[in-house]
Amino acid sequence: MDTIIKAIVFLPLIGFLIAGLFGNSIGAKASEYVTSGLMIIAAALSWYVFFDVAMGHQEMIKVSVLRWIQSGTFDVEWAFRVDTLTSVMFVVVNTVSTLVHVYSIGYMHHDPHRPRFFAYLSLFTFAMLMLITSDNLVQMFFGWEGVGLASYLLIGFWYKKPSANAAAMKAFIVNRVGDFGFALGIFLVFVLFGSVNLETIFAAAKTYLPAEGAGAGEAVVTLFGMHLDKADAITAASLLLFMGAMGKSAQFLLHTWLPDAMEGPTPVSALIHAATMVTAGVFLVARMSPLFELSPDALTVVTIIGAITAFFAATVGLVQNDIKRVIAYSTCSQLGYMFVALGVGAYGAAIFHLFTHAFFKALLFLGAGSVIHAVDGEQDMRYMGGLRKHIPVTYWMMFIGTIALTGVGIPGVIGTAGFYSKDAIIESTFASHSVVSGFAFTLLVIAALFTSFYSWRLTFMTFHGKPRASSDVMHHVHESPQVMLVPLYILGVGAIAAGYFFHDHFFGEGYAEFWKGALFTSAENEILHEYHHVPLWVKWSPFCAMALGLFTAWYMYIRRPELPKYLAEQHRGLYQFLLNKWYFDELYDFLFVRPAKWLGTFLWKEGDGRVIDGYGPNGIAARVMNVTDRVVRLQTGYLYHYAFAMLIGIAALVTWMMFRSSF
Amino acid sequence: MTDWPVLSAVTFMPLVGVLLLLLTREDSAYGRRNILNVSLLTTIFTFAVSVYIWYQFDSSNPGFQMIEKHEWLGTGISYHLGIDGISMLFVVLSAFLMPFCVLASWLSIEKRLKAYMIAFLVLETFMIGVFVSLDIVLFYVFFEAGLIPMFLIIGVWGGKDRVYASYKFFLYTLLGSVLMLLAIMAMYWQAGTTDITQLLAYNFPRQMQTWLWLAFFASFAVKMPMWPVHTWLPDAHVQAPTAGSVILAGVLLKLGGYGFLRFSLPMFPLASDYFAPFVFTLSVVAIIYTSLVALMQTDIKKLIAYSSVAHMGYVTMGIFAANVQGVQGAIFQMLSHGIVSGALFLCVGVVYDRLHTREIAAYGGLVNNMPKYAVAFMVFTMANVGLPGTSSFVGEVLTLVGAFRANTWVALFATSGVILSAAYALWLYRRVVFGALEKESLKSLLDLSAREKAILYPLVILTIFFGVYPAPIFDATAASVDLLVNNYSAALQAAQNVALSVQ
Repeated sequence: MDTIIKAIVFLPLIGFLIAGLFGNSIGAKASEYVTSGLMIIAAALSWYVFFDVAMGHQEMIKVSVLRWIQSGTFDVEWAFRVDTLTSVMFVVVNTVSTLVHVYSIGYMHHDPHRPRFFAYLSLFTFAMLMLITSDNLVQMFFGWEGVGLASYLLIGFWYKKPSANAAAMKAFIVNRVGDFGFALGIFLVFVLFGSVNLETIFAAAKTYLPAEGAGAGEAVVTLFGMHLDKADAITAASLLLFMGAMGKSAQFLLHTWLPDAMEGPTPVSALIHAATMVTAGVFLVARMSPLFELSPDALTVVTIIGAITAFFAATVGLVQNDIKRVIAYSTCSQLGYMFVALGVGAYGAAIFHLFTHAFFKALLFLGAGSVIHAVDGEQDMRYMGGLRKHIPVTYWMMFIGTIALTGVGIPGVIGTAGFYSKDAIIESTFASHSVVSGFAFTLLVIAALFTSFYSWRLTFMTFHGKPRASSDVMHHVHESPQVMLVPLYILGVGAIAAGYFFHDHFFGEGYAEFWKGALFTSAENEILHEYHHVPLWVKWSPFCAMALGLFTAWYMYIRRPELPKYLAEQHRGLYQFLLNKWYFDELYDFLFVRPAKWLGTFLWKEGDGRVIDGYGPNGIAARVMNVTDRVVRLQTGYLYHYAFAMLIGIAALVTWMMFRSSF
Repeated sequence: MTDWPVLSAVTFMPLVGVLLLLLTREDSAYGRRNILNVSLLTTIFTFAVSVYIWYQFDSSNPGFQMIEKHEWLGTGISYHLGIDGISMLFVVLSAFLMPFCVLASWLSIEKRLKAYMIAFLVLETFMIGVFVSLDIVLFYVFFEAGLIPMFLIIGVWGGKDRVYASYKFFLYTLLGSVLMLLAIMAMYWQAGTTDITQLLAYNFPRQMQTWLWLAFFASFAVKMPMWPVHTWLPDAHVQAPTAGSVILAGVLLKLGGYGFLRFSLPMFPLASDYFAPFVFTLSVVAIIYTSLVALMQTDIKKLIAYSSVAHMGYVTMGIFAANVQGVQGAIFQMLSHGIVSGALFLCVGVVYDRLHTREIAAYGGLVNNMPKYAVAFMVFTMANVGLPGTSSFVGEVLTLVGAFRANTWVALFATSGVILSAAYALWLYRRVVFGALEKESLKSLLDLSAREKAILYPLVILTIFFGVYPAPIFDATAASVDLLVNNYSAALQAAQNVALSVQ
C-alpha cells in the first residue's frame, strides 16, 4: 500500500519532470502521452485506494518519505497521511486531472507549447496531491503554495497576452494574502500544541479545552496584544487558517482573482479553478475539523462568509456575458455552499458537494471549452446562440452538467449529483443550531434560484435561439474530436450518478463506516440526523427555487428575448453594479494597489533619498567636502583615507596592547 | 581530526592563486586565458578544501574545532582559528560562490583582468578569515580589510556612478567600524584577553554590555544592512560588476548577521535582550519599507538589492528572537540568501552582458527567445518570493516561527512581507520575461551559453535541493545553536535571579 500511495503522488511529478525537462527533445506527442499515461495509472490507483480505504476497512495509512525541517521542537517531515478524506480527494483530483490531460490533447492541438502545458498540468497535480496527503501543516502549505505556483503558470500560459499575465499575478498575490493568514495560523497552532503534525494536534485537541469552569479564562497565549484563553486561542487559530482557505477558495473579499483566472486555457479552468485547487480551502477546514469544531465562533464566521459568497457570486453570475466567467462565478458561489456546510458542522455534506461539484463543474468547463473550440475561440455568449444543432453532443453534455448544477431531482426520490449534495447542505443549514442558520438558509435558497437562472441563461444564450455569430464562424462550427468528448462522457456519468451512489456514504447511514473518524464532529453535533427531520417546505424550497429560475430564464431568453435588455436599461444602476462585480476591483485598486505604489515611491524618493541620504551620507559628505576643501588640499583618493584610518586604528590598538602587556 | 592546518589552508589558498597570477601577463588572449584558468582553479580548489572541512566537521560537538593557535607579537593577541556549527557553513558558502564569480567575469571584465582577479582572491581570503577567526583582533582585521578589495572592485570596475557608490560604502562602514574598534579595546581592557573563546565565557557587567552592544551593533547593522543605514547597498549593488554584487549580497551582508551571532548574542546577552524590541522594530520596518520601495524600482539590480535588505530583516528578526527556530532560521536564511540573491544577480548579469542596461523598461518578452533563461530566472524569483520547496522558504518560515514565539506583533508585520515580496518579484518577472517580444534590441538575444548554464544550473539545483532536504545544514548547525540559545537563556535567567535576590 505504501508503494501505491507513493506512486500516486510521484507519478505526476515524474510526468512533470519528463515533459518539463525533455519535452522539446522528445516532442509534443510524446510529452502528451507520457504525462497522460502516468496520470491514468495514478487515477486507477487512486480508485483502488478509495475502495480500499473509504469503502473498505483499511485504517488510516501513514507513509514517511524524507526528513524536512527540523529545528528544536519544530519537526516536520515529508510524509503522507491517507484516510477517507484523502482518498476522496485522491479520486477527485486524479480523475479530473486525467480527464483534463486527455481532453487537452485535443483542445491544445494547435498550440506550439504543448510540452510546457502538460508539464504544468502534471506539476499542478503533484502539488495538489502533496496538499491533500500531507500529515502536517507545513507540507500542506507546500502543496498550497505549489498549486498556487502551478495556477500562476497556467493562467499566464499564454504569456504574450498582457491580460493573462496580469491575471496570473493577481491570482498569486491575492492568494498570498490568504497564505499570510494561513502561515500565522500555522505558527499559532505550533505555539499552542507544540507541533505542526496533524496527529499530535488532533490528539491534543480532543482534550484541549478545559471542562466548564475549570481553568477557563486563563490566558495561554498573547496574540497581537490580546491575552487569549484556550477557547479564544483556538478560535484565533481557526480564523487564521480560514483566512488561507478564503484566499484559495476565492471566498468573499478574496474572490477577485478567480474570474480573472479565466484568462488561462479552458482545461486549466476546469481542473484548477473548478474541480480541485479552489476546493483546497474546503479541504483545509474539513481536515482541521478537530480544531474548528471546538470553536463555534469560528464556525459562525465560516458560515457567514460562505453564505455571502454563495449569494454574492450568484448575483454577479446573473449578468456576465463571458461564458467562462459565468461558470467561474458559479464555482465561487458553489464553494460558498461548501463553506456554509462546514460552518454548520455538516463536514460530510461539504465534502460530498466538493465531490459531486468536481464532476459537473469540470463537465461544464470542458463543455464550454468544446463550445469555444467550435466557435473559433469566441467566449462572449452574445455572439453565440443556436449552436444546439451544430454541436449536439456538447449540447447534451452541457445540459447534463446544468441539470446537475441546478440540482434537478425529486425530493425523497431521485435526482442528479448536485441535487443530493446541494439539498443536503441547504437542509443541514436549516436544521443546524448555528446562530446564523436562518440567514445562511435564506441566502442559499436565493442563490439556488440565481444558480438555476444563470445556468439556464447560459444554456439558452449559447445553444438556443438564432445564431448571432458571423456566418463565417457559423460555417466552421464543428463538433469536437472524440479525445475531447470521451472525458465529457465520463464526467457526465459522474454528474448524473455520483450523488445517487454515494450520498449514503458521504452524508447518510454509512457516514461513520465511510469516514472512520476522518471528519471530526463533537458529541453535541447531531446534524447528520437532524437534517432529515426538517419541515417539508424546507425540503422543497431548493426545488422550487430551481424551477423558478428555470422558468424565468426560459421566459427571458426564449419566450421574450428582448426583455433582458429592457430590464438592464430600466435598472441601470443595479445592472452596472452587478456587471462590474460590485466594484471590488476598483475598490481594491483604490484601497491597496495605488496606496502601495504611492507609498513605495514616497519612501524611496523621500525616505531613502531626501531624509536618510540627505541628512546621512550625502549631508555628511557635503560637510566633509567643505572642511577638507578648505583645510587640506591633499590629493588622496578615498581608498587611502580609509586605509589610513584603519592603519591608525590598528596601530593604536597594538601600541596600546604592547604598552599594557609590558606592565 | 586533521593534523594539518586545514583552516589556514582554506583561508590562504586564494593567496597562492594571487602569487601565481602575479607571474602571468595579460597582454595577450593567451595570457588572459591563463589568468582566468588560474583564478578558476584556485577558487575550485579552495571550495574543495571547504567541502572537506564540512566532511570532517563533527556535528555533535557544539564547541570550536579544527583549532589552530599561535601567539602573535607577544601581546596577548593570537593567531587563533577554529570553527563551530555557526561559522563552518559560511566558510563553505564563501568558497562556493567564488568560482561562480570567476565564471561570471569571464567575458564581462575587459580591462585590468589580472588586478580584478587578484582583488577577488584577496577578498576571498579576508572573507573566510572573518569566519574562522577566534581572536577578536584578527576578526577585526579580516572584517575591515575585506572592504578594501570590495571598494576597489566597485570603484574601478563599477558602473557610471561608481565613485559615489564606493564613497558611500566607505562612509557608512567607517562609521560603524570605528565604534567597533573602540568596543574591542574596551573589551580587552575589561576582560584582559582578545581570545573569542575566553570572551564568550566572560560575563560583562550589564552597564558595559549596553555600550559594547551598541558599538558592535553600529558596525554590524551597517553591514547587514539594516534600516535606516541601508542606503549604501542599492548604490553599491547597482554600480558593482556582477561578480561584485554576488559577493556583496552573498557573503559580505552575512558578516553582520554572523557578527550578531558570534558577539552580540553570546557576549552581551542582557543587552541583546534589552535591545531586542529595538531590533525587531528595525527589522519589521526594513521588511515592509524596503519591500514597498523595491516595488517601485525601475532598475533591476536596485530592485533585487532592496529585496535583499528586506530578506536581511528576517535574519535580524530571527537572531534576536533568540530561540532555536529563530537562530537556526536566520542562519539558514543567510545561507539560502547567499545562493538565491547571488543567483539573481547572476541572472541580471546574463542580460546585462547582452544589452548593457539594467532598466526594467528596456526588457520584456525575453521568454520568447531565452526560454532556458526564463526557467532559471523563474526558479530564483520563486525562491525570492519564499515559495515552499525552495531554500528561502525554510529560512523564512523558521525565522517567522521564532519571531512568533518571541512577539506575535513582529511575526504579524513580518509575515505581511510574503505578500509584498510576491508583488515586487512577480511584477519584475512579468515586465522582464513575459509579454510579447516587441523591442527590436531584444530580438536577436541568444539563450544561455554553456558557460552561463554552468553558472546558473547548479544554483537552481541547490536552491531546490536545500528547499526539499535542508537536513545537512540543520545537522551541522544544531548543536552549536542549541548551545548558543541555552547559554543565552541561562545568562538571562541568572541575571534575573540576581535581581530577585537583591530585592
